[in-house]
This record gives sequence, C-alpha cells and structure tokens, in this order.
Amino acid sequence: MIRIAALLTVLFAAAPLRAAPIVVDLSEHLVAITAGFAGAEVLLFGAVDEPGDVVVIVRGPTRPMIMYRKSRHFGIWVNADHMTFEDVPAYYAIASTRPLEDIAAPTVLARNEMGVENLRLELPRAKASPNVAQDWREALIRNQQRAGLYPAEAGRVGFLGDRLFRTRLTLPANVPTGAYEAKVYYLREGQIVSAQTTPLFVSKVGVEAEIFDFAYEQSALYGIVAILVALMAGWLAHIAFRRA
Amino acid sequence: MQIYLPIAELSVDVFLLLGLGGAIGFLSGLFGVGGGFLMTPILIFIGIPPPVAVGTEANQIVASSVSGVLAHWRRGNVDFKMGGILLLGGLLGSTLGVWLFAVLRQLGQIDLVIKLCYVTFLGIIGGLMFVESLRALGRRRRATAARDKMHKHTWIHGLPLKMRFRRSKLYISALLPAGVGVLVGVLSAIMGVGGGFIMVPAMIYLLGMPTAVVVGTSLFQIIFVTANVTFLQAYANQTVDVVLAVILLTGAVIGAQFGARAGAKLRGEQLRILLALMVLVVCGKLLYDLTVTPADLYSIGGGE
Repeated sequence: MIRIAALLTVLFAAAPLRAAPIVVDLSEHLVAITAGFAGAEVLLFGAVDEPGDVVVIVRGPTRPMIMYRKSRHFGIWVNADHMTFEDVPAYYAIASTRPLEDIAAPTVLARNEMGVENLRLELPRAKASPNVAQDWREALIRNQQRAGLYPAEAGRVGFLGDRLFRTRLTLPANVPTGAYEAKVYYLREGQIVSAQTTPLFVSKVGVEAEIFDFAYEQSALYGIVAILVALMAGWLAHIAFRRA
Repeated sequence: MQIYLPIAELSVDVFLLLGLGGAIGFLSGLFGVGGGFLMTPILIFIGIPPPVAVGTEANQIVASSVSGVLAHWRRGNVDFKMGGILLLGGLLGSTLGVWLFAVLRQLGQIDLVIKLCYVTFLGIIGGLMFVESLRALGRRRRATAARDKMHKHTWIHGLPLKMRFRRSKLYISALLPAGVGVLVGVLSAIMGVGGGFIMVPAMIYLLGMPTAVVVGTSLFQIIFVTANVTFLQAYANQTVDVVLAVILLTGAVIGAQFGARAGAKLRGEQLRILLALMVLVVCGKLLYDLTVTPADLYSIGGGE
C-alpha cells in the first residue's frame, strides 16, 4: 500500500504540468546559538521541473533601526544627526545560479528586492530629501555589510544535473535572533515562474538563552545574582590568596 | 575557543578574555590599583559595546574589591566611619550616574561621554602621577630638599557639619567625604570603574587621611558603590554580562597574585612612572580615536 502511494507520488512529481514547479527545503530550520556559537551553515536544496534560474533570498526579522551621522565639533567627532529607518531586515543575503543582471531585467529585480541595492528601506518621507535619504540608505547598507549581516558577495546556487540545486547559507557569529525566511524564486527566460518560502529560526538555546531571558525579564533579581556571584568569587579569591 | 557572550551578543575568544583579565590583574596587583580604568577601555577596544563594558566591569570590581578589603580589614586598615560617609555620597552619586547613563544612551551620546570621561580623567591622573613621580625620583637624588608644612589650614576646614574620624585621626566636615563620594559614584556608573584612582588621591591630598587606611577604606566604599552600579545597570539598562564578568575575574584573580609578588621587587617611584605612562598611553589612544576622521561617518545605533 505504502509502496503504491510512493510510486504514485513519484509519478505525479514527474508529470510536468501537475507538480509544483519548485520544491525547496533546508537542512535544518533552527539555528541554535549556544555557548560555543561561532556562526552556522545551513544547506538549502530543492528541485525544479525544468532547467531555469534560481535566486535565493534570506531575510532576517525586520525592525526599526536608528542611524547616527558624526560631525566634528571642537576637534572631536560627535554623533550629530540621526535618522530612523522603519523596517530594516536584520539580515539579508542573496544567492543565485548566475549573476543577477544576467537572470532578469532590472525592473524584475527591483520589484522583488533582489540585491541589497533594491532593498526597500524607507525613511519617514518628510524628514529627508531624496539625495540625503539615498546617503543614509547607502550608509545603512555599508554598515550592515561591514558587520557581515548583508554579505556583499552574492552566494552561488549550484545545479546537479538539470533539476536539483543546492546552496550554502552562511550565518555569521553575530547573527541577530528571530524568525528568518528563505525565499526561493524560480525564473525562466527572465520571468518568475514560481516562488517558495521556507522558514528558518535563529534563537539562543540553553544557558545562553536562560541568562539573556533572566537579564531582561527579571532584571532586578539578575542584578542581585550578579552581585552575589561577584561577592562569592571575591571571597574565594581571598581564601586562595591567604593560602598562597 | 570562542564563547558567546549572552548580553554583549557576540562571540569572543575565551583565552583572549582570560589573558586580558590576567594581564590587567597582574598590573592591578603590581600597582595596587583596581584596574577598572584600564579594563573598560580595553574591552571597548576589542569590540564589546561600551555600555556592556561599563556595566560588566562594575560587576567584576565588586569581586576584586572584596578580596582586597578582606586583607586590609584583617590588618585594621579600614576606617568604617569615613567609609560610611563616602558610601552615602557614593550611593547617591552612582544612582544619579546610572540614570544619567540611561538618558545619554537614549540620546545616542553614551559612547562619546564614556570616552570623554576616560580621556579627561586618565589624562589628569596620568599626567599628575607622571610629574609627581619624576619629582620624587629627583628628590631622592637631592636628599636635602625643603619639606612642606605638615598641616595647612584652608577654606576646607571652615565647612559645617564637622565630624571626628578616630581611625583617620581627622576632625573635618562630613560634607567633604560625602562630596568626594558623590563624584566618584557618578564616575563609577558612567565609566565602569571603582574610582580608586580618583578617590585615593582625593583622600590623601584633599581630606588629609593617613596613607595606611586610605586603600582599605576606599576598597570598602568601592564594594558597595560598584554593587549598587551593578544592580542599577542590570535593572535599568540590562548591560551586565555575567559570563563576561566571570571570565575576566578568573583571569584577574590569578594575575593579581603574580603582580603583587612582582611589585614587591620593584621600587615605588619606578612603578608609579610605569603606571603613569600606561595610563597616558590608554588616554592617548582614546583621544586619537575621537579626533581622527572616522572611516565611516555613519553608524548604527541600538535596535530599540
């Protein structure tokens, strides 16, 4: 019975018109930040029903982000101006089978926010003229790239044969926590045929998570425990000193 | 071996942190100083966010002051009455300081203020110490130098609320130590230091306390003030990283033992010149970073 079901599934999958044009999955859906965390690698793999191009975009949770610009006062560089972006993805990475400009027209790329330069990072409109807004936007991207959160190099999606593809998503050690999504676009002749989204969670796990939650949820108690730990350590050191 | 610091939210090499703790501990044992004023800037240099460096360092100083004060207490070198008055001022000052810290953080100016405080105080203390110890070296060569008058009567002795401090053999206004306490408390909260490097000179030169009780009494005050700072920073700003504090502390405790032994073999003036130079180097580096044109004028503030 099961065998027949499996056979049917394979047959349906093989039938070009009935099957989903693209299927995608991740090697894992949870990236756990533990004490020894130094970045992580997640494998994204999938299949398409006909040869074409694949673009993978990984986005972190969006959040408001405040940016400062320094200017010199009395010989010292001071944060003088600031600007708040409303919805900034905490992480943004892209991978594709070929260079983006060879895959699709600029309008297609822009509409789907393919490439950091096409990210829609909105400033409150009243606050800045277009030129100034562009400066702030570029600065935000530059800062995120420097922090490794918007990898400057586009990743490569590799095909195994005509159907199967895979790519490695590399998350740096300072990756922000939250709900991520990997959106996979399947394009043929410059047009998007289909897209698939798969979730990815980055969260602190174990002791790290407990300490963090403790510090934020029971701040007063955390402070007292921190002091007690220090008092204890100091007393132990005193005993060790006396022996020495 | 990398370790992820839960509050600083970045991963750092454990051995780098242990080594830093050890090196600063060695220096603090060598010179008999707390080391917070060196550790906090160095933590900032290696990329720990300044607010976390400050909050965590206060926590670490609680530990190193406890082990220090116990040793002084056994020798009877703590003036508890004086310590108590300093402490009253310190609690007031540090509470004010943590509040100020939160306001400045919201304005996006906390990093700048932390660094400016460091440049100012390291510059003043390092400069004075350097000049003073050069003079002391000179005096040693010219054995017949005129001595200062033992006790000078100034406006300071005219202040109200006079109190007798038996252990320090002083009869002075309580406002004086309380004022010193407030100042040190504010600095402790903003700079993440015990404040010994300001309090000790103030106690000797301003209050006129005998040197023997100065260190023990200041350590006594520092425990409570840094504990207050730790609590308030954890409570109001969530900037105390216990994991970071424990690693630094482990290194510091071990380093301090070796430092104290090495210190016994070196002459006082030479030690002080060395310390002064080091303080000036840290000060210079911070000042340079503030004045040199940054690689990127734009920076990202907190995500809140």
